[in-house]
Amino acid sequence: MTDAALIWSYLSRGPLLWLTATLFAYWIGDRCFRAAGRQSWANPVMVAVALLAVLLELTGTSYQTYFEGAQFVHFMLGPATVALGMPLFDNLHRVRKALLPLLAALTAGSLTAVVSVLVIAKATGLSPVMMASLAPKSTTAPVAIGIAEGLGGEPTITAVLVLLTGIFGAIIATPLLNLLKIHDWRARGLSVGVAAHGIGTARAFQVNETAGAFAGIGMGLNAVLTAIIAPLVLRLFQ
Amino acid sequence: MIPALAILLSFQLIGEIAARGLGLTVPGPVIGMMLLVASCLIRPSLAEMLRPVVRGLLANLSLFFVPAGVGVVAHMAEFRSDGLAIALALTVSTALAIAVGALVFVGVVRLLGRHE
Repeated sequence: MTDAALIWSYLSRGPLLWLTATLFAYWIGDRCFRAAGRQSWANPVMVAVALLAVLLELTGTSYQTYFEGAQFVHFMLGPATVALGMPLFDNLHRVRKALLPLLAALTAGSLTAVVSVLVIAKATGLSPVMMASLAPKSTTAPVAIGIAEGLGGEPTITAVLVLLTGIFGAIIATPLLNLLKIHDWRARGLSVGVAAHGIGTARAFQVNETAGAFAGIGMGLNAVLTAIIAPLVLRLFQ
Repeated sequence: MIPALAILLSFQLIGEIAARGLGLTVPGPVIGMMLLVASCLIRPSLAEMLRPVVRGLLANLSLFFVPAGVGVVAHMAEFRSDGLAIALALTVSTALAIAVGALVFVGVVRLLGRHE
């Protein structure tokens, strides 16, 4: 009989173990999300990340070793970002109908997201690396990670910041917009998509179909806009 | 499935080449995304061909950023020491962006309505 320690040392060095663990962790996360009635706070990615972090800690595995297995999943971010163009294409007729308010709200929301986070980060003395990681926090994760890399930020920090932003935005959107007495579903959806990307968009779809479609448009267009403005704005803070 | 995946990867590839070749700050996949929209506008049949694979990718979008998210384990110290400042920046900025975006949309709709 082969020693269990030998099997472990073999498995812990290859990609199979951590690829499998990543899929299982996400599966459990998704089950939790469904069990919680798809509430924003029970985000499946958050659950999966927490489970895997504990598992790495318990087994004394480095992130580098983990990533060798998980890189296959990570790679899919690229083609998935390209795929985000499809909902944008499907909704172009809605964009054309509300072009001016949409572009104005997109620009205002996107600039507010980037500028305000950097103002607060600078005022509270956060490091340049943290500022670069924070700048694209309202953009959808695959794009934000790419932007942060280009800005000299830490992509893994950005991934977590993006998640937290999405969860927070999804939770406060409805009470905040009610407080502001905004009843236009297009305005409500678009602003949430711009500020809280995919998690906010998923929340918008739960509330109203039109809000969901506009949130998706906001998320898609903001991915392009933030990629352009984040480097310019960040330069002003350096 | 394979032709659709090959086309999506080609858009990404062209995007990466353009981003690096021209020194753009826009990530390659974002350029790929714009290429996808442009190509579907020129040739609507392409959208129908790509749709099943796109739907599969987008349905599992959240899974794809789990590996990057796990990277937080390497940065726990930063989150512990700067947690409050990070939380403040995230929450205030996100709430402001939602409010400003929605108010501007409604404001411009009202402004245009008055002119019509």
